[in-house]
Amino acid sequence: MSKLSTGEKVFAVLTHVGLVIVVLIFLIPVVSVISTSLTSGSEFAQRGRLILFPRRPVLHAYQMLLGSGSVVLSGLRNSVMRVSIGTGLNLLFTFPLAYVLARRKLYGRNAITTFIFITMLFSGGLVPNFILVERLGLIDSVWALILPSLINPWWMLIMRNFIMGSIPDELEEAAIVDGANPPQILLKIILPLSMPIIATIGLWYAVFHWNAWFDALIYINTPAHMPLQPILRNILEYGAGTYTEYQNLAEMDFAEPPPSETLRAAMIVVTTLPIVMVYPFIQKYFVKGVMVGGIKG
Amino acid sequence: MESSSVEQLQAAQGIRSAGKREKHDLGYAWKCIKRDRFYYLMAALPLTWFLIFRYLPMYGIIISFKDYQPWMGVKGILSFDDWVGLKHFKAFLSSVFFWNIMRNTLVISLQRLVWGFPMPIILALLINEIQHRAFKRTVQSISYLPHFFSMVVVAGLLRAMISPNGGLLQEVIMRLGISDQPISFLTDPRYFRSILVGTGIWQGVGWGSIIYLAAIANVNPELYEAAMVDGANKFQRIWYITLPSISYAIAITLIFRIGGLLNAGFGQILLLYSPSVYQVADIIDTYVYRNGLMGMRYSFGAAVGLFKSVIALLLLIISNRVARRVGQPGIW
Repeated sequence: MSKLSTGEKVFAVLTHVGLVIVVLIFLIPVVSVISTSLTSGSEFAQRGRLILFPRRPVLHAYQMLLGSGSVVLSGLRNSVMRVSIGTGLNLLFTFPLAYVLARRKLYGRNAITTFIFITMLFSGGLVPNFILVERLGLIDSVWALILPSLINPWWMLIMRNFIMGSIPDELEEAAIVDGANPPQILLKIILPLSMPIIATIGLWYAVFHWNAWFDALIYINTPAHMPLQPILRNILEYGAGTYTEYQNLAEMDFAEPPPSETLRAAMIVVTTLPIVMVYPFIQKYFVKGVMVGGIKG
Repeated sequence: MESSSVEQLQAAQGIRSAGKREKHDLGYAWKCIKRDRFYYLMAALPLTWFLIFRYLPMYGIIISFKDYQPWMGVKGILSFDDWVGLKHFKAFLSSVFFWNIMRNTLVISLQRLVWGFPMPIILALLINEIQHRAFKRTVQSISYLPHFFSMVVVAGLLRAMISPNGGLLQEVIMRLGISDQPISFLTDPRYFRSILVGTGIWQGVGWGSIIYLAAIANVNPELYEAAMVDGANKFQRIWYITLPSISYAIAITLIFRIGGLLNAGFGQILLLYSPSVYQVADIIDTYVYRNGLMGMRYSFGAAVGLFKSVIALLLLIISNRVARRVGQPGIW
């Protein structure tokens, strides 16, 4: 290895300093909001958000959000329902299509791909989509959040690429020689080998459902049917002063009620915590799908 | 459902490979379909979904040529009694808001492109320079994290940071003496767009860098060794080896970004804007949302939406053609 020149040494130092700053820019807002959520009203009034660790952490905001009678509880339930039913159906619709389109010898494969590709380039737009969901009678139901997004064609194609790229055709041919029929091939060979991509895309769908908010904003009117994200949005939007959304929180008898800033911060934490908690364990699956196939330049 | 350009880039590889011609012969076709009936059966349900949830709304665009009212129901969509031709398009094009909305959409989008497009490339090049593996992994994990936050959460984090009531950024600004009172970032037209662009980069830069890191990892190390023997320094190696070898990823990402030029970030703007910044923040999508959907002017909203979809499609076709002209493979 040749010795580094002075210029290269300076460059290496600058690179590392720059990246440390980048990491701080990502972390500081998160840490700041977590500590705000734990700060008592009087301490917040004194010190504002320049607090990294509250002197006397309190859970008042969380008690108000998660106490009985709070809309956040039903929100959590609705979100969990949306994620579980939604993701299950997503995979039930996405995987079969991906598998069928991965078959090189399928007659009309180009026609089907084109049929799907057109929807990736052009869409009906906001108003016609809304009218469809409304006419189907889905307003205020969890199906309004699940049915319109059953298949993400981009992710379906990523799945298809994985199946084409990592499962050799010879495997199927050998199974046919052994007398296996198509359902058996699917269940015994293709499905087990596709598990990595099913897990990855499944996680993407789950995160999509957990984080989606705009569809709930336009399709769900009753607070009791809302998932977490639109509730968070309402608390952020109307929180200060008007308190319209706070009437749906648990009633608590605090000597010192939490200020709206800490309530909002706590709500952000409640909404994000599930994702952050599973993130370290499943991060590699999140990333894997993007890496599938690599970049063949 | 929005997909990041990283995912689109991966998916695009599938579209291109499906370009082969097929034999057109009825007898042959029937034989194939009979042989593969299990597979057609399996695809039937998903394809029906596309028909209902993707193609029906496309047919629904027809209301933009009519005077459809919310109470008319399905019959109103199917009948041709209230045909008004291009009335809604003319109304939009001659509206006093038209130029402002178009300008905002394009300016915000171009600012995102100019500032946001190079960022993931720069981040990838920086991360690639780290030798220490644990530090490298930490930086990557932390930079991907905001991609998994919802847009609402990111808007909440931003509002907390810049809140005039004790927001961290405001405190820092005042202690540094940059301003002696809190700056109203979200209601001041001078700052609003920069806040949008900055927040968008914060959320997307890490995830966006993945694709470039993957491309860099695929570069043959012998190229670097040969360059070093020839006396190329670090910057020359980046300029002449790393960047050219990720040019394919750069090109495809750019096609999608130009094709999506009219998508100026609807969700984020809806979460952050207010009437005091409409003059710089109101884009086509927010306009359709407020007037078409909230204001129940369904036909007008559908017309503006169609206007946008057609231009977006043209942009994508043009950028794809340009990419192929300059020797990049393009999306199709």
